[in-house]
Amino acid sequence: MISANLSAIFYLLSGVLFILALRGLSSPETSRQGNFFGILGMIIAITVTFLSTGNFSTGFIFVLIFILVGGSIGAFIAYRIPMTAMPELVAGFHSLVGLAAVFVAISAFLNPEAFNLGMPGNIKLGSLIEMSIGAAVGAITFSGSVIAFLKLQGIMSGSPITFKGQHPLNAIILISIVVLIYLLCSTQSSNLFWILLVVSFLIGFLLIIPIGGADMPVVISMLNSYSGWAAAGIGFTLENTALIITGALVGSSGAILSYIMCKGMNRSFFNVILGGFGATEETTSSSSKEQRPVKSGNADDAAFLMKNASSVIIVPGYGMAVAQAQHALREMVDTLKKNDIKVSYAIHPVAGRMPGHMNVLLAEANVPYDEVFELEEINNDFANADVAFVIGANDVTNPIAKTDPQSPIYGMPVLDVEKCKSVLFVKRSLSPGYAGIDNDLFYKENTLMLFADAKKMTEDITKNL
Amino acid sequence: MEIDPLIFRLSIFILSIFVGYYVVWSVTPSLHTPLMSVTNAISSVIIVGAIIAGLSGNSDSIFNTSSIFGFLATALAAINIFGGFLVTQRMLAMYKKKKKDKQ
Repeated sequence: MISANLSAIFYLLSGVLFILALRGLSSPETSRQGNFFGILGMIIAITVTFLSTGNFSTGFIFVLIFILVGGSIGAFIAYRIPMTAMPELVAGFHSLVGLAAVFVAISAFLNPEAFNLGMPGNIKLGSLIEMSIGAAVGAITFSGSVIAFLKLQGIMSGSPITFKGQHPLNAIILISIVVLIYLLCSTQSSNLFWILLVVSFLIGFLLIIPIGGADMPVVISMLNSYSGWAAAGIGFTLENTALIITGALVGSSGAILSYIMCKGMNRSFFNVILGGFGATEETTSSSSKEQRPVKSGNADDAAFLMKNASSVIIVPGYGMAVAQAQHALREMVDTLKKNDIKVSYAIHPVAGRMPGHMNVLLAEANVPYDEVFELEEINNDFANADVAFVIGANDVTNPIAKTDPQSPIYGMPVLDVEKCKSVLFVKRSLSPGYAGIDNDLFYKENTLMLFADAKKMTEDITKNL
Repeated sequence: MEIDPLIFRLSIFILSIFVGYYVVWSVTPSLHTPLMSVTNAISSVIIVGAIIAGLSGNSDSIFNTSSIFGFLATALAAINIFGGFLVTQRMLAMYKKKKKDKQ
């Protein structure tokens, strides 16, 4: 058994290692070392916990067994999961953090002596407040992430579910959570604790159902942030520095990612959270739909255009992930490079279903990361490029965002694809994208539409090159 | 007059938020997905609470309601820790620089 002071120092050390783990992600070269720091921090935290309880009896064996069982499940999932399913995986993992926070809070509430928090029915006020906040946020994280997971996995429809009185209802529930925490802390009633949990689960569910599929990058980042705040709440309860530091890190990390995602769509955080985007817009676009001429082509035409180009910019989007076209795409690019054609990739901040989604898929297909550029880095290059190859992206290329103040996506930063000499647009049909609006790019003089499955089209082009 | 230890923890918390703010802004956007999976793994350090809860039973009854919740939370957090770190490692291993084999 080690002293409380010594273990506090070790917890601080693991907190510092976690900071270094995030610091490592500032560049791909240092990232692997960063991940190692994270693992080291975790090992220290777990070891110190065992040493500080000094309990190596049967209970210890059981804890080890549960770690082993959970660890094997986690390792199995980590190795088997396809990279395209990363958003679902992260949403699923967030739900587990949330649920773990809830369980720890329940355990502390039922048996506060084990945590030095007082007696059942007479828990220290400060601890009870921290515990109930941690439990409530954890429960919201859990049910919210479960809904996000179901939507991403396609088990639940990705379209927003809205009903009348939704926002007032949510507001009432959120207020009732605050009231419940207040009552719980003044009465110490265990019934109120259970009611608080149920209500928190409910609000997590209700908050996420009105948010549509393509807004998931914001939702996942937000839930990431919540899982951090839940951990911090529990950290205060347990008076544990490692948990407090980590909770703050994760909380601010998720908040920053949400902010970046919202900025990528030029929408306010509240606009996304209140949901319903895409559900209301569709009516306006269908009324003004007129038949406009489009030029469509086949793989042969596309191959001809690219063969005669000297530089090509690829714009991937969620459609590439759905069609699993990243490997076929890399093969096409390899062939282009053999013909001395300069190829780069342009990634919009909200392309895909989570922050950095496209980058991971391209990395999986062995695309070197120094060929992949962010919007600000590459947007001026479109004017000098010969061909833009848009694969599975739509709204993020729509020039209407720059020209039409009436458009729901007006002001959103978009890739200046239309400035290329010619645009190849791989798409299944002319259907509008997530925002429910027509893409002007389809009808431009220099756009050639390639109507096909992204993967098949890419393979066909490679054959024709 | 003594300062409540809570104030110290609050100080750590607030300062960590600022550290997190600056550290995360320096993360390159192409690594935002690994950032999410690694934050997910480290937030599972909540396992320390789960372990204490799991060990809270006495020798007569290792399993009481409180410790059972502790065991379950341990397993959930362990899924996240192993899953989170390993999947991050798997992703990071894929980020490669351009080979200098051209020309």
